Amino acid sequence: MTAPAVMMGPDGRSLTVIGLLRSPTLLRAAYPILGVSGLLGLWWLGGEVIAGNPDTAAFSDFAPGPAFAALGEMLLDGSILEAVVPSLLRVGLGLLWAIVIGLPLGILIGRVPAFRDATHIPFQFLRMVSPLSWMPIAVMTFNTWDAAIVFLITAAAIWPVTFATANGLRKVDPAWFKVARNLGARGWHMLMHIIMPAIAQDVLTGVRLALGVAWIVLVPAEYLGVTSGLGYAINDARDILEYDRLAALVVTIGVLGFALDSICLTLIRRYSWVRG
Amino acid sequence: MTDHGAHILIDTVTHRYRAKSAVVLDAIRVEIQPGQALAIIGRSGCGKSTLLHIIAGLIRPAMGGIYVDGTRINGPSPKWIMMFQQPSLYPWMTVGQNVALGMKFAGTGYSKAKPRVEELLDLVHLGDYINTNVQDLSGGQQQRVALARSLCTSPEVLLLDEPFSALDAFTRAALRRDVRAIAKDLGITLVLVTHDIDEAVIMADRALVMDANPGRVRADTMIDLPDPRHPADPAVKAERERLMGLFEGTAGLAMDPIQTLPDDEIPDHAMPDTLPRAAGLT
Repeated sequence: MTAPAVMMGPDGRSLTVIGLLRSPTLLRAAYPILGVSGLLGLWWLGGEVIAGNPDTAAFSDFAPGPAFAALGEMLLDGSILEAVVPSLLRVGLGLLWAIVIGLPLGILIGRVPAFRDATHIPFQFLRMVSPLSWMPIAVMTFNTWDAAIVFLITAAAIWPVTFATANGLRKVDPAWFKVARNLGARGWHMLMHIIMPAIAQDVLTGVRLALGVAWIVLVPAEYLGVTSGLGYAINDARDILEYDRLAALVVTIGVLGFALDSICLTLIRRYSWVRG
Repeated sequence: MTDHGAHILIDTVTHRYRAKSAVVLDAIRVEIQPGQALAIIGRSGCGKSTLLHIIAGLIRPAMGGIYVDGTRINGPSPKWIMMFQQPSLYPWMTVGQNVALGMKFAGTGYSKAKPRVEELLDLVHLGDYINTNVQDLSGGQQQRVALARSLCTSPEVLLLDEPFSALDAFTRAALRRDVRAIAKDLGITLVLVTHDIDEAVIMADRALVMDANPGRVRADTMIDLPDPRHPADPAVKAERERLMGLFEGTAGLAMDPIQTLPDDEIPDHAMPDTLPRAAGLT
């Protein structure tokens, strides 16, 4: 990533540069670019410090230079894709289960006060248990490591979906239900035309949070058992002392997580009817 | 639009919210003729809004029942439709989709419903707004869309629960006039709940004045005025004075602009002004 016009020297084009700098689009882009450059700068600085110290010089491949070189190689030889695809599948499946279970659960909590009261303490209790603590049980319960990992991701992702759905539903104007009932809405109509659009933004916000948690749980979950995925690849790179590949994997995890979050954000904007 | 109004019989309705709580409505028995515009006037807490919910089938009375054209009702129906103080339009739908909703629930797709939607929007003077986001409309326009939505399923009865009280005076006056004209034109039976005598005089053929604690019919009187009715017309003013006299006798309370009694105890009746907002992370 290169810095924009801010870096340009004071040559004959300086006037146009000033003009450019005043353009709102560029100004809006300038701060994010500045932030990313700052992060890269810190990384580079850290790399220099590590390389300069004889005790840590062995880890100097963590620096941006070697890392991006390794990333390029891994993109070309397909090893990145090999690590990314299984991980995305696991997160996707885990998230899918979290939505399949969490959405109806959230609707029940939001619509049936007795259910809400009965489940409040158990659910808050379960929510506070780190999903990774289920690891031994998951491993015993499921036949494959893959299934165990999907379970762990589901266990992490289900709560944001459930509570966001329930919370969205409780904020829904009761008059909307009354009007719909009066207009002849039956159960299915109510669900598809009133409840779902009314809470779409909340549900998607919950999915976005869930994705964040799932993405975080994924890597440690993949440290165990499986022989594929980003977590495995990180562990593998560490074991064979390929720190440039390790750093490249970290970059990949960050970039992918950012991309997935952006997809969620786009969906939220697409289905949001809230003005503001 | 060859709608026709229904005959309504409120058959000795008595209501209390819980088995041991106070009686809200006490043995109300009223017959409403097809196409008649009836105003139910009373102070807050007299159970008038509860009575309207019972007629709509949205609340089940503790005793007695409602008969529409001789058939006892046991739930809400698009044939007897209610309009509330808040328009409660669905913000994720366009104006047209909101209006077509009742037809959609009855199994008619939007493209098939569209000619009727256009016709109804013309009727409420919003013909150009079919594809507008409802959040871009003023309060009065929103209430007009709600009216069109209520009319879309060709109701026989239109029930109005103080539907104009959240609007400014000019918009309110226009809507009063228009709703009466539309109901008369389509022959729909109109039942209107209000605490505003002017509204009753402008809109109704007949007025019930209700006592509070418990809710009882204190007076049942015809409002015999020609259309269109204008508030400044001496005949309208005279009717207003007469109704005011009847109203002042209610429940032994003086006319007091400050309402001391609690509002009708309908759990989800009071709508929040603001739309629910999601806690976005954006």
